[in-house]
Amino acid sequence: MINLEVPRKFGPLVAQARQVADEVFRPISRKYDREEHARPVELDMLAALIDGMNDGSDLGGAGAAGVRRSADGGGAQENRNGSNMSTALSIMELCRGDVGLLLSVPRQGLGNSAIASVADDEQLERFAGQWAAMAITEPEAGSDSAAIRTTAVRDGDDYVLNGEKIYVTAGERADLVVVWATLDRSKGRAAIKSFVVERSNPGMKLDRLEHKLGIRASDTAAFTLQDCRVPKENLLGPPGIEVTNGFAGAMQTFDNTRPLVAAMAVGLTRACLEATRPLLAEAGVEVDWDAPAARQSAAAAEYLAMDADYEAAYLLTLQAAWMADNGKPNSLQASMAKAKAGRTCVDVALRCVALAGTLGYGEELLLEKWARDAKILDIFEGTQQIQLLIIARQLLGLTSAQLR
Amino acid sequence: MTVAERGMGLGLRALGRLAGSPVVDRLGVRKPAERVLYRATRDGFRAASRAGRTFSAGARLGRPARPRTASGSGLFDLTLDDEQQMLTEAWRDFAAARLRPAAAAAERGEGRAEVWAEANELGLTMLGVPEELGGAISERSAVTALLAAETLAHGDAGLAVGALAPAAVATALALWGDADQQATYLPALVGEDVPAAALAIAEPRALFDPMALETVARPSAGGYVLSGTKALVPRVEDAELLIVAARVEGGGSALFLVEPARGGVEVKADPAMGLRGAALGRLRLEDVKVERGALLGGADPAVFAECVARSRLAWAGIAAGVGRAVLDYVIPYVNERVAFGEPVSHRQAVAFAVSDIAIELEGLRLVALRAAARADAGSGFAREAALARSLATQQAMRIGSEGVQLLGGAGYIAEHPVERWYRDLRATGLMEGVLVV
Repeated sequence: MINLEVPRKFGPLVAQARQVADEVFRPISRKYDREEHARPVELDMLAALIDGMNDGSDLGGAGAAGVRRSADGGGAQENRNGSNMSTALSIMELCRGDVGLLLSVPRQGLGNSAIASVADDEQLERFAGQWAAMAITEPEAGSDSAAIRTTAVRDGDDYVLNGEKIYVTAGERADLVVVWATLDRSKGRAAIKSFVVERSNPGMKLDRLEHKLGIRASDTAAFTLQDCRVPKENLLGPPGIEVTNGFAGAMQTFDNTRPLVAAMAVGLTRACLEATRPLLAEAGVEVDWDAPAARQSAAAAEYLAMDADYEAAYLLTLQAAWMADNGKPNSLQASMAKAKAGRTCVDVALRCVALAGTLGYGEELLLEKWARDAKILDIFEGTQQIQLLIIARQLLGLTSAQLR
Repeated sequence: MTVAERGMGLGLRALGRLAGSPVVDRLGVRKPAERVLYRATRDGFRAASRAGRTFSAGARLGRPARPRTASGSGLFDLTLDDEQQMLTEAWRDFAAARLRPAAAAAERGEGRAEVWAEANELGLTMLGVPEELGGAISERSAVTALLAAETLAHGDAGLAVGALAPAAVATALALWGDADQQATYLPALVGEDVPAAALAIAEPRALFDPMALETVARPSAGGYVLSGTKALVPRVEDAELLIVAARVEGGGSALFLVEPARGGVEVKADPAMGLRGAALGRLRLEDVKVERGALLGGADPAVFAECVARSRLAWAGIAAGVGRAVLDYVIPYVNERVAFGEPVSHRQAVAFAVSDIAIELEGLRLVALRAAARADAGSGFAREAALARSLATQQAMRIGSEGVQLLGGAGYIAEHPVERWYRDLRATGLMEGVLVV
């Protein structure tokens, strides 16, 4: 039966995430925006709480742990609202608080998502309780992740990694870095594998931390890998080069994490709308959902249009998460959610700054910061353009060779 | 009664009507006799002269029957129930086999009556009416009505609007009618010979606001006297029953049941940019006397606001259906159309336009579904309906425009339906009334 309301059982989790956003994140938002690269120590205590939120199969999820697909997915007839949805919901709430701080919560990295999605049982156990960052991008390979040049060469019981990695979120603070490298550049995407590298590994050198437009609370690292030896047990997924399916395995992580990045964008959009409405009211503009937009002030009509885009992004995100919970293939819906939520959050944040005028542009409020934070959400985990490509290829039935 | 048993109630009644209908056998087989009903050239108002039936109260229930609010598991769920699945399949067949092929001629006023007669056999008027009153439901069914609007509009928006107009009147009577009103009008509406009927709210002026109507209802001895003009009312020239929105003098907006055959009602064709298959007309009421019992929903402002919201939601459903038709049409077109040595779909500028249509369409559809599901559950849905309306205004218009753009010059030629969808999709954000979920 059609119902697009959040089930009551997620109420406590959402309320808890909301409380964290309001009482932990918001009070330190501006501080860590200004003190870029300072570690938000307030989050260390929070990490334990969020670990607790992640325990349990259905109610888990403030971050990265809850993206593993149920093994019986597809066969089950019973409608499920599981960890994909609860994780998306709590991420929305936490990012209503602060996106940069969410990305800085220990043990909630994208590397944790990758491990949770593709690691075997032994690896899951070995890497449990550690914070894992994700290193894919290179100076010459961004959206085109199949073009990475970092190499991994088998040497005895180790792989030896050489190359350069940039844009590693939480790269300085994490315990582990999941590094994408190729076993054989001539074999293309099938040869790309992910390796778990300990941050303490002497072969992995931190080059610098980036200065960014937004999400400054989150550190973004650049590494050089020089003869970096990694035990062969740290390779995630099958070690062979299967020409047909190898890269798909690596990319599978994205189907799971895209709805979560969409959820971040939805949360930030909600923060902007919630903050702007009382400002409009102070200025004498009340938004009326019953009256035609054309009969209201331009500011109220703009707010209504932004709220509509928010609602569409929110429901597209829940749809993608719901499909994952129910074992339905959701690659198309995940990309639609990411594309809509990504562009909506940038658009809404920038328009809210303009509506609030000098107040919105100044640092006294957080609107200007959210407008800076927003932009990354339309870029990482697949840019707007990459999402549109994925969607178009699926709808039109075209290969990546036909629609480049 | 279990959920499954209640579901069977809906399935058996609406599907029974459907299965017994000769329409199913005729689908795509019988070409209706073409009749020229080209009324756009008629200019002046004329009296609503149709020798309409007289409605009289039949068996009256002690109290009005209402559909119950829907009960569910409370879990987020995007799965249609079995009945909705069966019904949408049947509507999809009807839309593809009868509405789409009839759309172009219907714009010229040809073949509409036959299509609507066949549509009546689908039991559309029963979808919002409880079983006690001869309808098909026990629980509220805004979601099902939304799916009907969407699915039928995929065939043709104009014909779908004309087919659903009597259903809107029936649903309004089920939701807000008193026992007398239900006993008087619903038997005919859910019967074999469904009268043309329509819900008229919109008035012909810029920045129209349904909460500030110019059509007035002056209280008089024993009833009200209605005066005013209503625009773009489907099938109004043949309508035997109207629900007319008017501002009660000294009060707010309210709904009145009007039988045009009783006099004082003038109609004329009111052709528009699109939705031409709906036989849109203008309605003029000059000192039309109605009894006190003609007031629907007791002048409760909440009833009127709910009616407006349900109507906007239905139009969002029309937008979703026509938008889907655009998407389904442009995908094979851009894959087959070759320019510069390869299909135009191989260019990102073209492919991304297709992606954007799909994204915004899915968003619009989900927003409308959420609002309808909230209405069925008895939750507030004013905000959600307004947001669906906003998307049906902005995004539907864009989808219509992009649809033509993707076909280029061919899109501008009536040989392809996208130019019609361009015109139809401009309506979904400005229409008020007419349809109800």
